[in-house]
Amino acid sequence: MRTALVLLFLLALAAIPGSALPQRTVSVEQVDDFYVDYPELAPWLDQLYLFDVYSSPWFAAIYLLLFTSLVGCVIPRMRTHLRALRSPPPAAPRHFERLPYSARFTTTASPDTVLAEARRTLRGHRVRTSTDHVAGERGYLRETGNLLFHASLVGLLVALAAGSLLGYRGNMLVVEGDGFANAVPSYDAFHPGAAVDSADLEPFTFWLEDFEASFVEDGQLRGQAENYTAELRYRETPDGPEQYHDLEVNHPLSVQGAQVYLLGHGYAPEFTVTDATGEVVFDQAVPFLPSPEAEDMIASEGVVKVPDTSEEQLGFRGVFLPSPTENAAGELISDFPAPRDPIVTLDAYQGDLGLDSGESQSVYQLQTEFMEEIGTTTALGVGDTWELPDGAGTITFTGYSEYISMEVTSDPGRVPALVASSVAVAALLLTLLVRPRRCWIRVHRADTADAETVVEVGGLSKTDHAEVTADFHAVTTRLRNRLRGDSRASQ
Amino acid sequence: MQVLPVDIADSWSLSALSDTMVLAMIVAYAVGLLLFAVEAAYGQRTTLRSRTPATVGGSGTSEGGGDEPDDLEVRLRETPSQVKAPRHWVGTLGLVVVGLGLVCNLLQIVARGLAAERWPWGNMFEFVVAICFGAVAAFLYVALRHQARFLGVFVLVPVLILLGVAARWLYNEAGPLIPALDSYWIAIHVSAAIVATGAFMVAGSTTIAYLLAHRAELRRAAGEVVTGVAGQLPSSQVLDRLAHGLIVFAFPLWTFSIIAGAIWADEAWGRFWGWDPKEVWSFITWIIYAAYLHARATAGWRGPRSAWISLAGFACLLFNFFAVNYLFSGLHSYA
Ligand code: HEM
Repeated sequence: MRTALVLLFLLALAAIPGSALPQRTVSVEQVDDFYVDYPELAPWLDQLYLFDVYSSPWFAAIYLLLFTSLVGCVIPRMRTHLRALRSPPPAAPRHFERLPYSARFTTTASPDTVLAEARRTLRGHRVRTSTDHVAGERGYLRETGNLLFHASLVGLLVALAAGSLLGYRGNMLVVEGDGFANAVPSYDAFHPGAAVDSADLEPFTFWLEDFEASFVEDGQLRGQAENYTAELRYRETPDGPEQYHDLEVNHPLSVQGAQVYLLGHGYAPEFTVTDATGEVVFDQAVPFLPSPEAEDMIASEGVVKVPDTSEEQLGFRGVFLPSPTENAAGELISDFPAPRDPIVTLDAYQGDLGLDSGESQSVYQLQTEFMEEIGTTTALGVGDTWELPDGAGTITFTGYSEYISMEVTSDPGRVPALVASSVAVAALLLTLLVRPRRCWIRVHRADTADAETVVEVGGLSKTDHAEVTADFHAVTTRLRNRLRGDSRASQ
Repeated sequence: MQVLPVDIADSWSLSALSDTMVLAMIVAYAVGLLLFAVEAAYGQRTTLRSRTPATVGGSGTSEGGGDEPDDLEVRLRETPSQVKAPRHWVGTLGLVVVGLGLVCNLLQIVARGLAAERWPWGNMFEFVVAICFGAVAAFLYVALRHQARFLGVFVLVPVLILLGVAARWLYNEAGPLIPALDSYWIAIHVSAAIVATGAFMVAGSTTIAYLLAHRAELRRAAGEVVTGVAGQLPSSQVLDRLAHGLIVFAFPLWTFSIIAGAIWADEAWGRFWGWDPKEVWSFITWIIYAAYLHARATAGWRGPRSAWISLAGFACLLFNFFAVNYLFSGLHSYA
């Protein structure tokens, strides 16, 4: 038990750093930000798995030790318990006075009558009658519950392990009107379990037909989202029938054992870019991400990369404000999350986007090491065009669409994990609420001349509770009262 | 006179009612605290009614209707420790006042829920008010069922601090929920967490009382005279059992609440467990209370050591509730 206690503390301690440091399982971006803020410290922490605490070897070592100790603890107890379940209650001890509860009284009833009544009084106990006493025991369910609880913790661990081996998780943004096919290249980020065959995901497809968001208009909570609904058209298999689903935050789509979730939404401004020769070299919607500081009003940031120009490549960093207004300091901010005359502001860069270097690049970040800033716009409304300096081309803010951020998860362990943890709660209740106890009732003839019988009652309980003592006493008084009834009836 | 459309008038007066009730319950709890403090300071140390048979060596009591005299002898290996606590009539008044406060607390919660047309736990303010309801309800239960009103001071001090913090810094208009909170699982998950937290809070108060009483007993055994609140407390054994009973009630509920939360997270965020800071600290809290239950079955760890473990568990619970919402960012921060 002491080992278990120490390991439980260790587990609790080991879980702490993961709540204070950014975790890759929670947000890769936060870890990247941490690297930017603490370039010296971050690699050190990473060496110690401090950005992946819950999948780190040292965390695993602690819980595996704990579970080893648990199994080592539970199996012998299970054997003992099975034996106890099969055997009758143990015989009465010689000296009742040493028991936590004992009582004695005399009666005129015969010993056989007393024993018969004693058996009836111990209803609800498992009883065994011998020549001079009745032994009763009850509350076996406590130990059953305890063992079942610990066993279901093992079950939970197995379910979680199976889920992380066989499951996967992927994130993506889908712009209104676009579709999605469940395959690795469709994801912005994809995290497969070790035993997942990434070439063989469930072959479902869907299209985002429409998206609506509504927000609180007035009061202290102005701008808080009230509801998001995305209308999906989907097929479970490439040649299955088309079906519809209204995707909401708490209403995921379940297809083929995978879950499709709506996480959030944002805006994708549409741009048309022409190069120095006047040719259109870019024309599409670009999802901008809500900037962390102004998330509630969906002031968003994004980049536009235009590699296919006649001369040097173009890149833009932009800000999209759905409901622009000026704050007291004269800065442009967004004061409502819904689009009301949205604007974008852009910084333009010219040079090499670095796309050919072979290193993978985030589509939300512009690498400007080999680029030169050539200008900044004033606010552009929908339809406005900005002539880039030195005839480098033009960029037009042609409109905007909404996109939703989504997640697909497939976790074969989730239902087994739910079953295991429900069993754990039920078993926990048994182990905490059932009070096991043993009660003996012994008779012998009094030494006096009268035809009297001495009745002794003894009670033993593993849990020391006033209530249990009161229950033993209730057995005594019930027995005494019955015997009185009997003796009166026989008189 | 201007006539408001009925539903607007209703929801306006409901939220006004709920705001009045916040004040009313703070006043009632404060008065209750005062009365319990008077009882603790000036009450007569009295032996409370015991629920174990007090018939050691005596003849049968009236229990079970045995009215004839007989020779029943009962022997208990340990004489049941008598529960002694200061008693004064103002304490009874205190119970009544706190009971009224609890009614205001309930009315506040109901009015706010009706005003906002949703479950009344959607933000920190509402959580705190509901937790105080849970704690005071748990206190009244043990006060009536286990005659433990000597805990009044220990429970009402943190309750009033929490309510003060809530009214001063956390107050929020009754408004709709953010979409992620709009689910019936929230009702289940948060209700269970609130009731469990209320019971853990009373358990924590009882544990502090236990530690004080335990120290007082050690000092008394060393021949010192113990005065003040600590000297007046019932025996540490009684407090220990009471605290354990409360944790035995709260722990399965907390376990259930974590599971309901996981089901909700699965619906709302696409994973049932993601190690977000809130989840990490619920897990830590759970592990520490499990350690407490283990410690009570481990030789050498019973008594003050397990009491400190349970206080550590409660500290984690508080940390989870306050610090995590403000210090760490995660899906769970609704502050
Ligand atoms: C995953 C880690 C574990 C958790 C969460 C856990 C949880 C619990 C809980 C909540 C109880 C309380 C039930 C009661 O009070 O009767 C308990 C009891 C118990 N646990 Fe564990 N346990 C764990 C690991 C272990 C291990 C490793 C051992 C073996 C040394 C163990 C042995 C026991 C025993 C013997 C009891 C019964 C105590 C009694 O009879 O009162 N547990 N456990």
